[in-house]
Amino acid sequence: MRRAILKSVAALAVSAAFGASAFAANPVEISFYYPVAVGGAVTKTIDGMVADFEKANPDIKVKAVYAGTYQESIVKALTAFKSGTPPTLAVLLSTDLFTLIDENAIVSIDTLAKSAEDKKWIDGFYKGFMENSQTDGKTWGIPFQRSTIVMYYNKNLFKEAGLNPEKAPASWTEMVDAAKKLTKRDASGNVTQWGVKIPSTGFGYWMFQAMTASNDTILMNSAGTKTYFDKPGSVQALQHWVDLTTKDKVMPGGSIEWGTTPKDFLEQKAAMVWTTTGNLTNIRTNASFPFGVAMLPGIKHPGSPTGGGNFYVFNKTSPEQQAAAMKFIRFAAEPARAAQWSIATGYVAPRQDAWDTAEMKKYLQEVPAADVAREQMKYGVAELSTHDNQRVTKALNDNLQAALSGTKTPEAALKDAQRESDRILRSYGR
Amino acid sequence: MNRTHSSITPWLLLLPAMTLLVAFTHYPAVATFWHSFFSTPKGANPAVFVGLENYALMADDPVFWRAFTNNLWFALGTIPVSIALAILMALWVNDRLMGRGLLRLAYFTPTVLPMIAVANIWLFFYTPQYGLLEQLTGALGLPSHNWLGNPNTVLGAMMVVAIWKEAGFFMIFYLAALQQISPVLAEAAGLEGASRWQYFRMVQFPLLMPTTLFVLINALINSFRLVDHIVVMTKGGPDNASSLLLYYIYEVGFAFWDSSYAAALTVVLLAMLGVIAFVKFRILDRRTHYQ
Repeated sequence: MRRAILKSVAALAVSAAFGASAFAANPVEISFYYPVAVGGAVTKTIDGMVADFEKANPDIKVKAVYAGTYQESIVKALTAFKSGTPPTLAVLLSTDLFTLIDENAIVSIDTLAKSAEDKKWIDGFYKGFMENSQTDGKTWGIPFQRSTIVMYYNKNLFKEAGLNPEKAPASWTEMVDAAKKLTKRDASGNVTQWGVKIPSTGFGYWMFQAMTASNDTILMNSAGTKTYFDKPGSVQALQHWVDLTTKDKVMPGGSIEWGTTPKDFLEQKAAMVWTTTGNLTNIRTNASFPFGVAMLPGIKHPGSPTGGGNFYVFNKTSPEQQAAAMKFIRFAAEPARAAQWSIATGYVAPRQDAWDTAEMKKYLQEVPAADVAREQMKYGVAELSTHDNQRVTKALNDNLQAALSGTKTPEAALKDAQRESDRILRSYGR
Repeated sequence: MNRTHSSITPWLLLLPAMTLLVAFTHYPAVATFWHSFFSTPKGANPAVFVGLENYALMADDPVFWRAFTNNLWFALGTIPVSIALAILMALWVNDRLMGRGLLRLAYFTPTVLPMIAVANIWLFFYTPQYGLLEQLTGALGLPSHNWLGNPNTVLGAMMVVAIWKEAGFFMIFYLAALQQISPVLAEAAGLEGASRWQYFRMVQFPLLMPTTLFVLINALINSFRLVDHIVVMTKGGPDNASSLLLYYIYEVGFAFWDSSYAAALTVVLLAMLGVIAFVKFRILDRRTHYQ
């Protein structure tokens, strides 16, 4: 009995010793975590992409793992990294950049893509999207499911209110004027239809950033060590947002739920809504009325932050795996494939060459609305992203909600948010 | 059988249960307590001993205090109502009436439904303008109200969901307890000419005390454990008005990745639950009349 055990232990040891060389002949295995943050059959599209990739690269096996929402995905990826078995590749929020760097969890793309041709390829992505992918002169992420905020408006309700359904309001004042005409009250004064809804839960900071961007104010530096929440331009922007409820009376009071905003629009309870371009396919499939997509009306000029997710390659993985992951990223970013992905979801294809494909041109003829997001990229700014990003964002979100629900003035709220963010970031600024 | 053998046997019998208990209860609790005295390791910076810094931070953290007081209000608002409702429902479905089985099933449904799914449905109940609640109040001519978007009403709205979820669960215990009460007592009370209310107050309710105690402890613990519908419906907002302790721990641990501060918060929560359990086992239990 004892001999038998010893024998099998020896056999195991031998196979472990030779295992390494035996595996080299086998395909490289990489794991890939991805989130789903919008409606539609995203998992199916990804599975198709992975199958195509494996067919083209028989020496690489990709294990694609659907990891939940963006928030759940980073929890899973970082927990896995901390326990020593990270995914090779993951799509996570572009704003998680500093968190991932601070945890030493990701490999910079420059170390994996070094040739001149690679550099040229990296330069082919829209500058607006790269702002959230590069810091300190290094590239850490490659844009994949990127988005921006746009305004959806109901053409029928525009017609009813005597507005031109083919021309969306282009400035803040025009939006307020239109919204006043679009807000309907019943005999007892209750509102049955709101002019505009700008959600304030979940992505409140993102909406706010669109307003500050259009008011010549940026909210943070590119090193992610400083925020400028209480600049006069920010206070003025927040005052405008609060005014929609208190002064103009065209938006409901209290916070407005991010998740139900598209539904409010589909139910025709709001004539104009601000939400991500990633909802385009969802709204296009479910709207029972003609609708338009417009650039966000700005305070001084148009403006919008970018958003969405990047590809990141993780540390604690083998060089072969990292090279394979890089191959997959290149594959996913090929023009035809990026175009197909954009058409299936509504996300903005991150490179000009994707927009130049015949497939994309045909789609744009059918759905001209899809081009609005790309046009808006001209006025794009980086999404709010700092060290300890979730904490800083929460400080801002909480205070925006306080101002919108009337418990603080815009100025006091932004002062509080700034003080809190200074406290959080004090150790990074040195 | 020799002496050592006989003293090993009980330990061996205990081993499976003890392994599980140590691995999933005692070790994590002790580790959490230990970690709460260190800083959070990050990238190249390993954890260092910081003593009570995390606790000092907590005493100074307005969001923690907000979540803490919210949690007290939450417990105070949900427990008495859900227990009273549970007794009422149990008394009703204990009677011989048509479709009793169906009614019991209906009351118990909230307990078996997954909370995440339920929270999504409630999110639309509360939606301004076209949600279920709005349709009801709208039909009565009342003005529209943004239940989840207003800091004054959001906690109350979340309490209603919790009561709806808990009452059915507690009802099961009361129903079981009511069926344990001997019918002889009801007959005797009937002969004495006691009214239904008198019978409940003088006979049924005192006999239900052990159950009430059990339910009360569970309700207290649940009210500090409840978190899922907060995640789905409000994320603790607006401006932390509906943030509860466990949700805040989740946020600090898995959104901010400040694991040592989350550990300190967990220790506080554990201590509170420990006190509740202690009160049950040492004090209330002795004063309760068991049959």
